[in-house]
Formats: sequence, C-alpha cells, structure tokens
Amino acid sequence: MSVLIQGRNAALRKAALLHGGEGNLTCQDFVGCYWSKAVAVPVHFSLAWGSAVPEQVKLLDRFSTSNKSLTGTLYLTATHLLFIDSSQRETWILHHHIAAVEKLPLTTSGCPLVIQCKNFRIVHFVVPRERDCHDIYNSLLQLSRTAKYEELYAFSYNPKQNESEQVKGWQLIDLAEEYKRMGVPNDYWQLSDANRDYKICETYPRELYVPRTASKPIIVGSSKFRSKGRFPVLSYYHKNKEAAICRCSQPLSGFSARCLEDEHMLQAISKANPSNRYMYVMDTRPKLNAMANRAAGKGYENEDNYSNIRFQFVGIENIHVMRSSLQKLLEVSGTRGLSVNDFLSGLENSGWLRHIKAVLDAAVFLAKAIAVESASVLVHCSDGWDRTSQVCSLGALLLDSYYRTIKGFMVLIEKDWISFGHKFSDRCCQLDGDPKEISPVFTQFLESVWNLTEQFPQAFEYNEAFLLQIHEHVHSCQFGNFLGNCQKEREELKLKEKTYSLWPFLLSEQKKYQNPLYNPDFSPELTLLEPNTVSFNFKFWRNMYHQFDRSMHPRQSVFNLIMNTSEQNKQLEEDIKELEAKIKQRNRRSDVVLVKEQERTADPAPVALKSPPCFQKEQPPMPVNDAVRTIEGSNTADNRYSELVSEFSKAEPAVVSLEYGVARMTC
Amino acid sequence: MEFAELIKTPRADNVVLHRPFHLAVEGTLCLTGHHLIFSSRRKDNTEELWLLHSNIDSIEKRFVGSLGTIVIRCKDLRIIQLDIPGMEECLNIASSIEALSTLDSVTLMYPFFYRPMFEVLEDGWSSFLLEQEFELLSSVTNEWRLSCVNKEFSVCPSYPPLVIVPKSVDDEALRKVALFRQGSRFPVLSYYHKKNGMAMMRSSQPLTGTNGRRCKEDEKLVNATLRSGRRGFVIDTRPLTVAQQARAKGGGFEQEVHYPQWRRIHKYIERFNILQESFIKLVEACNDQSHNMDRWLSKLEASNWLTHIKELLTAACLAAQCIDREGASVLVHGSEGTDSTLQVTSLAQIILDPRCRTIRGFEALVVREWLQAGHPFQQRCAQSAYSNSKQKWEAPVFLLFLECVWQIHRQFPCSFEFNEHFLILLFEHAYASQFGTFLGNNESERAKLKLPQKTMSLWSWVNRPEELSRFQNPLYEANSLVIWPSVAPQSLQLWEGVFLRWNRTSRFLEEAEEERINIIKYNKELQAKVNALRRQLAELETDGQVQEDGP
Repeated sequence: MSVLIQGRNAALRKAALLHGGEGNLTCQDFVGCYWSKAVAVPVHFSLAWGSAVPEQVKLLDRFSTSNKSLTGTLYLTATHLLFIDSSQRETWILHHHIAAVEKLPLTTSGCPLVIQCKNFRIVHFVVPRERDCHDIYNSLLQLSRTAKYEELYAFSYNPKQNESEQVKGWQLIDLAEEYKRMGVPNDYWQLSDANRDYKICETYPRELYVPRTASKPIIVGSSKFRSKGRFPVLSYYHKNKEAAICRCSQPLSGFSARCLEDEHMLQAISKANPSNRYMYVMDTRPKLNAMANRAAGKGYENEDNYSNIRFQFVGIENIHVMRSSLQKLLEVSGTRGLSVNDFLSGLENSGWLRHIKAVLDAAVFLAKAIAVESASVLVHCSDGWDRTSQVCSLGALLLDSYYRTIKGFMVLIEKDWISFGHKFSDRCCQLDGDPKEISPVFTQFLESVWNLTEQFPQAFEYNEAFLLQIHEHVHSCQFGNFLGNCQKEREELKLKEKTYSLWPFLLSEQKKYQNPLYNPDFSPELTLLEPNTVSFNFKFWRNMYHQFDRSMHPRQSVFNLIMNTSEQNKQLEEDIKELEAKIKQRNRRSDVVLVKEQERTADPAPVALKSPPCFQKEQPPMPVNDAVRTIEGSNTADNRYSELVSEFSKAEPAVVSLEYGVARMTC
Repeated sequence: MEFAELIKTPRADNVVLHRPFHLAVEGTLCLTGHHLIFSSRRKDNTEELWLLHSNIDSIEKRFVGSLGTIVIRCKDLRIIQLDIPGMEECLNIASSIEALSTLDSVTLMYPFFYRPMFEVLEDGWSSFLLEQEFELLSSVTNEWRLSCVNKEFSVCPSYPPLVIVPKSVDDEALRKVALFRQGSRFPVLSYYHKKNGMAMMRSSQPLTGTNGRRCKEDEKLVNATLRSGRRGFVIDTRPLTVAQQARAKGGGFEQEVHYPQWRRIHKYIERFNILQESFIKLVEACNDQSHNMDRWLSKLEASNWLTHIKELLTAACLAAQCIDREGASVLVHGSEGTDSTLQVTSLAQIILDPRCRTIRGFEALVVREWLQAGHPFQQRCAQSAYSNSKQKWEAPVFLLFLECVWQIHRQFPCSFEFNEHFLILLFEHAYASQFGTFLGNNESERAKLKLPQKTMSLWSWVNRPEELSRFQNPLYEANSLVIWPSVAPQSLQLWEGVFLRWNRTSRFLEEAEEERINIIKYNKELQAKVNALRRQLAELETDGQVQEDGP
C-alpha cells in the first residue's frame, strides 16, 4: 500500500514522510489516505468509503461576501486533513486541532462542512456530494476524538532525533536549576521530600520548596486542610526583597473549621520573610464564589485565625465563565458583515477583555506587594491550578526580567503551569472528555503576556509569533510537554521516552521568535514592570483570533519588515568583516606582488602567484531587501464593501495563507 | 484694536501648571496677544509652554478659597490646569484668555502677525497650482481642458478660479450647469485614473426639485466623461430617502430617465452635528481613565466614531472600485459637495493614486481636494471636541478624513512617504496655526483676506528639509499598486496618536519606534558600507591583475 501511495501524489508522499519518519511508511502511519477506490482498507478505524474521490471541493472564504472559493481535493491522513487546491497550495489541519465539525443543510452547490479549530481557524468546505460529506464528517468526528493518550500525535511524531537527543531535549528545562537561580534553597527555604512519591499531593510535582520551619507534620496537616491536598508551596522567590510567591488551593474551612498545621504553615511562610512579617493571602476568586464554597466545606482563610495575614479577593471568574466568554467572543468575531457597533457591543458582552484585565490587575497587585512592600504573597483559587497559575506566573513575569527571555518563558511555563498541574489535558480537551472541563485559561495567560508586549515593546526577547506558536502546540499534542494533567500522569505515560519536548524544537528556530526591538537593558534584573491597566490599553488580539483570516490583517507588516531588516543587518555585519579581511589580505598580497615585480625584472620566470580573484565582481547589493518589501495591492474581494453593487461579484483569485500555524507546525 | 485692552493681567507669578503624567511645575504665566506662555525656571529644569490662544477650545475656572484654578481644554485635545494664587488675578486671566481665544475677526488671528524665523525656500502659496496639475494631465490625455470660467469667482463662489472640465463642454454650458447645481458647484474633474482613463468628478446635488427639472448641458457634461457604450456610477453620499426629501427643497438627484448611462448608488455618510457629537463623545470616553472595561467599550461604541470611519472608508473603496475594477467613471456628490463629497473623492485617490501617498502628493491632495475645492475650514474647525456652545457649523470632517488615511496607513505601513506625525500636524494646524493655510472657507475668501500676501503658508515651513525629515516614514518604499484596505471592524483601530495622546505615557512606544527607525537606518549604512567595500575590493583585484599581467 505504501508504494501505491508514494507514487500517487507528491504532497501525500510528503505527508507520509512528515508523520511516519523517513523510509518506514506503514499502514499504521498512514491510514486511509484518501477517498479513492484504489486505496486499501483503513486499519485503525472504519471509514465509510465513498465511491468517488471528493474532488471539486470548495473552500470558502470565511468573510468574503462575494462567495469566492478555492476548488480542490480533500485528503485524509492519520494525523491531518489536507486540502490541495487547483494551484497546488496546501491547507493542513491537524485532527487534534479540530474542536468541532458541523454539517450544514444541503445547498445547490453541495454539502457545506464547517470545521472549527482550537487555534481559531475556521474552514468552510462545500463538498459536491452529500454522501462524501457525510463520510468526511464521520471520519473527522472519529479522528478528532481520541480516547487514549497513546493515540495522540505525540506518540507517533518522529522528528528524526536519536535517543540521546531526545533525552537532552527533555533536560533543556531544569526546574531545580531554576530554583537555584532564584536563590533557593537558602536560610529560609528548603527542598522538601514530602511529596517525593506523590503521596501527599498527586497533582504537585515531586520537588517542592517550603519554609525551613515547616516540618513534615505541618505539611501533612496543612495538605489535609487544603482542597486536593495542594498545600502552600513556593512558586517564586524574589532574592532582593526576600519575599516569596506561594501557591496552594482553597482551605477546607467551611463555615468555621480550623487547622492548626495550616495556620503554622502560613506563619512559617511569613516568618521566612525577614523584610516584612505581614503576608498577603490573595484569593483570586470573586468573593461570592468563595463564600458559596463554604457551604461545601471549602472556602477561604479567616483573618482572625491566621496571624499577620492580609486577606484579599481579586475577582477572577471561574473556568466556566471564561469558556462561555470565549465562545461569545468567537461568535461575534466570526460574524460575516459585522458592523463596528455589533463588534464593540459583542466584545463588551463577551466580557473577554474584562477577564483579561482582571487577570492582569491581579498580577500587578501581586507584583507590587512583593516589589514595593517586600511582602510575601500566598495565592490560591479553588483548586489552585487555573487562576492561581495565571496570577503567579504573570506576577513573576512582571518581577523578573528572566521570564521575559525566550528560555525564561519556557521555564516559567514549565514551572507554574506544567509542573504545578494545570490540567492541560482537560482544559484543552486533548482526549474526548467532559466538555465542562474545557477552558481557555492558558490562552488568557498568553493574551495577558501579549498585552504586556504591546505596552513594553522592548522588554521582551520573544515576539508575538512565539506566543502564537506555543498556543498552537498546547493544542496540537505533537510534543509531550502539555500532555496529561499533572506530572504524575506524565511519568506514568513515559512521555520522556515516548515523545519529544517542544522547547528544543522552538529553540532550534529561535530566530523566528526573537523580538528585533528587544533591549536586554530595558529593565535591569528584578525591577518591576508596571503596566498601565486602564481599560483602553486592552485590545482585541486580532493575530490570535483571526490568525488565519488573511483579509483582516495589515497587508504590509512592520513587524516582518523590522524582523527581516534586523536579520539582514546581522548578515551585513558578517559580510563587512569578511570583505575587510579580504581587502586586508589583498593589500598584503599586492605588497608581495610589488616585491615580486622587482624580483621579476631580474628573474623573468613566471610567478605562481595567480590565485583566482577571491571575490566575484560587483555582486548586486543584497537582493533580500526586495524580498522583504513584498508590497501587495491586495484584493477588493477580500474586503467587504462590495455588497452594494451586485455586478461586482466577479470571481477574484483567492488566496489562503499558510504562513502561520498548520503548515509550519507539521515540520 | 489693541490686544492690550483685552489683557487685564499680563503676568502672574507662582502659578502651578498641572498636566497628566507630568509633575506639577511652578512658574510664571504671561499673556500676550496670541499666546499663553508659562515658564518655570527651576535650577534643574527650565521649561516653557507656549499655547496659542486660538488653540484653546474652552476654559473653566474654579475657586478654593483664594486659590483659583483654570482648566484649559485645547483643540488638539490636551487639557492643562493652572493654579493661580489670588482670586482677582485668576478672574482677570481667565476672562482675558476667554476673550483672546474667541476673537471674531479673522484678520486679528495670529497668522497675520506671525513673522517666520526661518528662511523661506519656496513660497507654499504657489507650490500647488492647478496649472501644474493640468500639465501632468495633458501629458496623458487631451480630453480635458482648463477653464477659467470662474475667474473672479463669478460663477461659483466656493470654487477656485481655475477648474478642469471635459474639453467638449464650453464655458457657456458650464454657466448653465452651474445654475442647475446647488451653490453653483457644477461637476469638475477630481481625479483621472491613468491606468484605464476613467475619471472621478465631484459636484453638488442637481436642483431637480419636485417637478423633475432637467438640464441638457448638465447631462452632456456628465456624459462627456463616459467612454462610448460604457456606464458610469453616481455615488450619492445621502441615503435615498434624504435625497428624495431634498427635492422638496429644490434639490434632488440624477434621475435614470435623464441619465440612462448612469447608475446611482446611495452610500450614506454622516454629516455635521452628528459627527461633532460623535467626536465629543469619543473624546469624553478617552479622557476618563476610571472607566471599567464594559463602560469603556460601551462608551466607545456609543460614540459611533469608528462606525463613521468604517462607512467613510467603505464609500471611498466603493468609488475606487468603480473606477479601477469596473472601469467606470464616477460622479460623487451629496448635498453641497463640500464635506462628505470631498472625503470620498480624496480618500479614493489615496487608495488609487500612489502619488497621493507621497508627502508632496498628499499636500497637493489637501490643497486640491480640500482647500481649493472649498471645504469650509473656518466654519468646521472653529471649535473642537470641548466646545460648549452648540454652533451648527462645526464638524470634524477633515479629522475623519485624516483618520481614514491613518487607518489605511496602518494597513499599508510601507506605502506612505509620510508618517503618523504628519497627519497629526495637519489636524493641529487645521484647528489652530501660525500659518494662514487653513484660514477662510474657500479660495474666494482667502483672496479677499489677501492671505498669500499677508500670511505664511504651512507648506513653506513644512517643506523645508529640516522639517520634512521629521515627517518621513523610514519604511517607505514606493508602491505603484492600488491599495485596498480592509474595513472589517477587527481591522480598524482607535487613533491613539490623537485620542490617547495626552492620556497616557507613550515613552516606551516612542522608544520602540526610535529603535525601529534605527534598525532601518543602520541597514542603509551597512548596505552602503558593503557596497563601498566591494568596490574597493574589485578595484584592488583589477589593480592586482594589471600589476600581475602588466609588462
């Protein structure tokens, strides 16, 4: 079968190579390649094969009013849905990225199929035959729902690395090293072995840092008083202020319950800070939610029971509110022929920007408590893996410029999100599971960071593409990092042996993610970044939510231009060095020639000094500049002002961008 | 009149100046005939603030004990506060400022007193003459002629003395057409699309009235722009109902029966007081930092400002599309043809004509399509967003145009020779200026005021190399294509450079912009160096060869 496929289509061959690795194309790697009579029976699942190839499939532009479309053929691989249009352009959609498939009522031109992706791509196909459409629909439904981790892409993805490279890749981010960088262990903080075997808390990592004065019985006692056993531990240590960000889950206080060990634990944290004995306890939930939790035997800290704490609610909504907020946002932004006022009122009604502001406001509060008051802060929400992760990581990002570097950002995500058990699998719906567990908590974190990069264009080593690429891979399940819900689960899945880490892959193409405006001296280490969180500073993140809707974006990108120019500058600097060396060499040589000349008058024997000229004459000055400034006139049909004149519906050649995302992530 | 009469207290000491995002400064306040001058002479920092009285939109005074406070709101949207000790001083100063910032007579305005400190290299008053424009046109087509039917402004008071009209229509016919169009604004050439020979004309509404009056000469004039067998589009900037109602007042629109080769499109663009209200609401929303997210978004929405931007851009794109894509000629008008008409025709040219995206070309566009075309700047820009008095002539028509240009600029940041600061400069000078360029409502008024003789032109100043360099876009690379902007709400943005300019610290953004410019500059230096080194090396090589191969 493999031979048959290889001979058939170059793109498919590429697909096979991409996912199966070189030379070992097997049925398992390449299931039910495309709807054709000639193809063998699929292996992993039963596809209802149509009798004809779904050619003449139309890919509609999501926003165009002129019904323009691309015509092409749909193919299905084990991992991707592939659309190749008549001019051989490819659109790749990873099955894991598919959030929803919808079959719309039959129209005269065929059966419409709408696919919504987790990276906010929406594709709208029209399949000529209803039967084909139905087959594709069913296949995609099956393929996009995975029941077991082992079926995820990461377990079959093979980037042609050997075992030691794989191991090295996983060692790239070392959290022990990170805590050392922060300055722990030290006189006040130590590594605890209490959770070495995940006995105290299954969703925490094995290595946890706690105050030296917190003995094991205190830890055990405190963990029993905290939801899911998530007792207070160190998340970030600020060496200059000697203050700490700690995190935990809500206390099981109910209306009146107390726990001495937990009170001791908090006291230990405040005592571990010699600069300020008061500490803040930030409950990131709205007060009402926290109070409601008391009825279920959970709740929040009673200031009377804990000494030296200042208790504070910050009012970030829960995962369900966030999920429906994003849903509303996408509904609005996906509307065709949207008016400005519908957009703005939709944006307002979705509450999305309000939530982003709430998250960032909380982070600013946290960072200021540390930087200004030198006070330690304990952060929690309900279970301490969603809002707590957002606030702790953003707070640290504001406090420590290391996290504004590419490597530092990876460390931050590994620490506050992955190791502390943000439930990536549930929140991103990696496996077919409870839809109520899905929530864009991590997306909000990235969006908050993006907002900061907008306010401080020179403070970050990474650019927007980096954030988008991470978002892409949190959902792609191509790398092992984000699989599962906690470290224990990841160990059981043997991810480090069976899958690859995303970080070395991102580092290998670091150039793409570098911010050309980055100024390492922008904020000296450990100076606070103070964003202005006034409402008008928060903007709709077009490059995230319309990443694939080319017509929405500026036709010329200042960012790309600056990126390329800055890249080119480096090259030119090299060229100058090289040229100067050659000129020096030349000058020396011509001195030699002069000497030889004099000798030659005496000795007419030919001199063997005729080395070929080391430089071709007048090369054209760097063609790159032309390539950089690709100027487009764009297309009227991309826009939306044509509805007034019906005769204007001339077919225009349409373009679908493959620049970001799908195409790239498969390499 | 002596300004001294109006200045009751010319000077006050120990005045404290408050500005958002700046520390309060103590200093001396002086009033002159045209300026409010605040200077502080602290050891570490000497600061002076010069504010044109004509830039002051409104002032408000408050008292706490004997300490008076004056809040000054400017036409460029900045707000400053002055604490003045002594109730009498404060009252005097406030009333002086009020009087000086609301002078009735144009000839008392600062441009008539301003003496430039720079050397005039080129007189801006004669930088952009229609003759030059026509010369360019005649090099590509001979279908048009320059008519001086409006010499002495005798036919149309709001038109310039020279206009470009179809060659086949004589001055006699033009006079007749003028009687058939409101304010005598007969159809004239606005833009000629070299690529396909299509023309964009502008006029005011035809005076058809209720009984469907027609004018053969008007029909002939309008049809003269059509190629045989081709159709044209009339873009009426009013909705159909408004155009129909206009008939009752003697106005109207081109009826199909009389203009069979033309198709009418009604593309509504808001005007006058609605725009002004929208402007006021937007500025109000932007100035309140305490708004929570929902309130901010709903205020932004309620202002409708971005809706106007979208509608205007859409109309301009539509006109451009008719010309470039449909290969049809276009006639644009609303009622008077002095506001929305000009917005559409000038924006369509930005989209279609690469020349309008250069500094010089953009200046020419502003002169041709706004100043000479008779946009009543003096009426429209008399007050800005802080005006209390409800006069009905003010409207941010020109600002909307500038913002639309900015929106297109955002989407094609490499296709414009000028930068955002240039657009902001024009906004400022349209409202308050030391130059005479934007005074008066049309060319006829400017001639009567003898502005070219008595005042300095903005272009004389701005086109000097040292000034120009501030307005150049380092990313500019001439783009000969038609540029179609996206008008999706997701693609439009609030013009922060104008509306949030005084409401936030933009230090980090400015530094980043500087860094961008540095990267581009550095690139040019490196390119030059590489080329020089290559040449040097090549020379060395040929020399070497000569020496080696030599006798």
